[in-house]
Amino acid sequence: MKRNYIAIAFLVITMVFAVLFALLQNYTFSVFDPKGLIATEERGLIIHAVLLMLIVVIPVFILAFTIAWRYRASNTKATYTPNWENSPMEELIWWAVPFEIILVLGALTWSSTHSLDPRKPLALSGTPLVVQVVALDWKWLFIYPSLGIASVNQVDFPVDRPVTFEITADAPMNSFWIPQLGGQIYAMTGMVTELHLAASQTGTYAGASANYSGDGFAQMQFTASALSENDFNSWAAKVKQSNQALTAGEYAALAETGTTTPKVYASVADNLYNTIVMQFMRQPSVGAMDH
Amino acid sequence: MFGLLTLQAFLHGPIETGGQLAVVLGVLAVLGLITYFKRWKWLFGEWITSLDAKKIGIMYIILSIVMLLRGFSDALLLRGQQAVAVGAGSGYLAPDHFAQIFTAHGVIMIFFVAMPFMFGFLNLIVPLQIGARDVAYPFLNSVSFWLTAAGAMLINLSLVIGQFAATGWLAYPPLSELQYSPGVGVDYYIWALQIAGIGTLLSGINFLVTIIKMRAPGMKLMRMPIFVWTALGSMSLVVFAFPILTATLAMLSLDRYLGMHFFTTNLGGNAMLYVNLIWAWGHPEVYILVLPCFGIFSEIVPVFSQKRLFGYVSMVIATMSIVFLSFMVWAHHFFTMGAGADVNAFFGIMTAVISIPTGVKIFNWLFTMFRGRIIFTTPMLWFMGFLVTFTIGGMAGVLLSIPGADFQLHNSLFLVAHFHTMIIGGVLFNFFAGFTYWFPKVFGFKLNERLGTWAFWLWITGFSTAFIPLYVLGIMGATRRLDYVDPLSGWHILFVVAAIGACIIGLAILCQVAQVVVSIRQRNQNRVGNDPWNGRTLEWALPSPPPVYNFAVIPHVRGRDAFWMQKEAAAKGHAPKEPVYEDIEMPKNSLVGFFIAGFSFAFGFGMIWHIWWLAALGIAAIVVTIIARSFNEDIEYTITAAEVAATEHRLSHKTV
Repeated sequence: MKRNYIAIAFLVITMVFAVLFALLQNYTFSVFDPKGLIATEERGLIIHAVLLMLIVVIPVFILAFTIAWRYRASNTKATYTPNWENSPMEELIWWAVPFEIILVLGALTWSSTHSLDPRKPLALSGTPLVVQVVALDWKWLFIYPSLGIASVNQVDFPVDRPVTFEITADAPMNSFWIPQLGGQIYAMTGMVTELHLAASQTGTYAGASANYSGDGFAQMQFTASALSENDFNSWAAKVKQSNQALTAGEYAALAETGTTTPKVYASVADNLYNTIVMQFMRQPSVGAMDH
Repeated sequence: MFGLLTLQAFLHGPIETGGQLAVVLGVLAVLGLITYFKRWKWLFGEWITSLDAKKIGIMYIILSIVMLLRGFSDALLLRGQQAVAVGAGSGYLAPDHFAQIFTAHGVIMIFFVAMPFMFGFLNLIVPLQIGARDVAYPFLNSVSFWLTAAGAMLINLSLVIGQFAATGWLAYPPLSELQYSPGVGVDYYIWALQIAGIGTLLSGINFLVTIIKMRAPGMKLMRMPIFVWTALGSMSLVVFAFPILTATLAMLSLDRYLGMHFFTTNLGGNAMLYVNLIWAWGHPEVYILVLPCFGIFSEIVPVFSQKRLFGYVSMVIATMSIVFLSFMVWAHHFFTMGAGADVNAFFGIMTAVISIPTGVKIFNWLFTMFRGRIIFTTPMLWFMGFLVTFTIGGMAGVLLSIPGADFQLHNSLFLVAHFHTMIIGGVLFNFFAGFTYWFPKVFGFKLNERLGTWAFWLWITGFSTAFIPLYVLGIMGATRRLDYVDPLSGWHILFVVAAIGACIIGLAILCQVAQVVVSIRQRNQNRVGNDPWNGRTLEWALPSPPPVYNFAVIPHVRGRDAFWMQKEAAAKGHAPKEPVYEDIEMPKNSLVGFFIAGFSFAFGFGMIWHIWWLAALGIAAIVVTIIARSFNEDIEYTITAAEVAATEHRLSHKTV
């Protein structure tokens, strides 16, 4: 009777998996399908850590089911030692085995945390492109200080060139995440967090806010496009010739709560990013930025 | 007169009105049934005023089950929304309502399902296992329970009047500040948790003192059952962690009510401070829940393996090291907040270190089963289910503890799948096991095994179907708390599968409800004596259910597995001594705890709606009641030795 249940449960789960894999073939498993240096390293880290843990976990599973089966009450042939309650040697072993795994994992954690520190510039040649990111209610503003242009809900950059994202918010806490290029970091008011990423392939990748920030959160998506150097330059030139300017007034309108479609701005008000970051240091009534 | 409260607060959209009606009709139905069966006097005399830890324990578990049904309905609504809101469809929930539901789901499941369930077991079992007649402070115990219940009722009231927080279950500022959440939702959140949190803190003190001071003679610390050890660990965490929650929420309310700037965006407020503080409570909270669960399995596995627990000393060391380590890991909840690599690496390594004592516990359970004679009752099935889910969830947890990996997995559905695996597999499955295991002790009859087995397999299937897709979705880059799914992402099909999983879990819960109903109807066939499972600890020495005073004669404990030793001695022909009964002092029933909670409820409601006179009246009434109670010296009654002898005689001759 019981074995029947197990068989049914396994069958159901296997079928679910079979169907899912068939249906999901055409979609992206972003974290496992990296298109950049950081995301590739992070995938490697995840895989290594899982393999390391399997050294303990697989024996535990085998042990659990073997013991459960062998020492079932109906199997009277198995040894039965009702008063056996400790064995220093064995206990030492299972304090020691997880300890050693954690020692290795600890070393891996220490070194990977330092090599993947979001603040750390990438070991790639080329001057980084600086992009200033502002999380707004509920859209992303990208300012290119070196080019004097800006865009909303889309960020374009050249492939194979390091990109330095300087991230802040003029809204509740958000999290800036482009899974195929690398891990996320929080966007917070009055603060600047940093993230260094680079794409190794041209293409358009999904980006999102990962931290809930209110009603329009699900629409707070953006696209990150890695373009060839030429395509990027012509995109920037095209933006330069567009007619919208990101003035202080335009920014205030953009920062109003609501969702929006992608936009570009041919110019950006002087010192806008700095003003956005610093506005929270002043009295609430000062300046046009407050709302 | 009524502060912010206007008629508008009662008017909701169609879906919300459904929830509103469900609460109102539910309450009316319960009141109607009590009146129809003329049970008011019984309800007040036997239950509401009771200071008997066993009855308070039962009330905790009833509260927990009622709130589980509410929290699970929330889960179904969320899964349903994510399964249909794709492409042109926007689903049936408005974004704000969706956010209220996921916030309520988290808050309810942690504070009003898991916590009361745990305190239910503590009340029912700890005094019995340490050979005590009661907890250290029976009156305080009643106050604690009713404060928890008052918090739960405030949350339910938010369905009827006004709205709940739409911020996520930890209400991170600045989203939870007035600037972004001007409504009363966050205030409901604050006051429900403040009131229930004080109840929890008082309970923590109560059980800490009970375990330290009330043990039977001879029950040295190293002879205590592991469940009592884990309760001790958990309650120490409550005493250290809950004041942090109280202080943090107090600062948030100062921001919201008095215009202060602890966590606001401007004038020096710093939301990162809140995030640190809330997790300094929040991470120990996880262990507050999970430690007693480890304790439950440490009772169940030896009994059903018919063997002593393997590695008792290791278990105790592991438990206490988890207690210690659980305060050193809070920052792993926000590696993505921009801390430096040294800080992140430290917290990552400390987190991984916790998996050492946890792993040791798993090995000890396995080696308790090794060379045993394992009887696969439903509690053992839950243990096997726990072992598999908890290990998988633990692996996901260790992954999340590595900052570099966490950057890619944090705030995604992978994280959501991880903590549901831990809390369903690690906490809820334990509760179900403990519920089945101790049910006969509390009510005198066993639960139906057949329906229990069905519930188990449905839970396992439903749980896998609901949460494996979420792990995959996380890998695909899906973030949590989305009320709308982009059709191009390819996530939709997995959300549909997850929703099917939630429905299977629904069937499992129906099975469990049926199990309790059927077992109650067939109770006369399933009556048991003192010791239905061939138990090892003192609770099985007592009649089922135990008399109000638990132990007619306080036992002398000579070693671990105290009851097992008694049984062994009896088998060797050492007849137990003829008991000498004495007068027993027990606490009188009291309505004061119920009133204090009622006044707290009024205070909370007044604060939420800015009805200041009501809040002031509530707080004044609490103070006056406590002072009045402190002058009442007639709080105990005596059960004479003759009465005890008569009760014991009656109980020992009850036919099984």
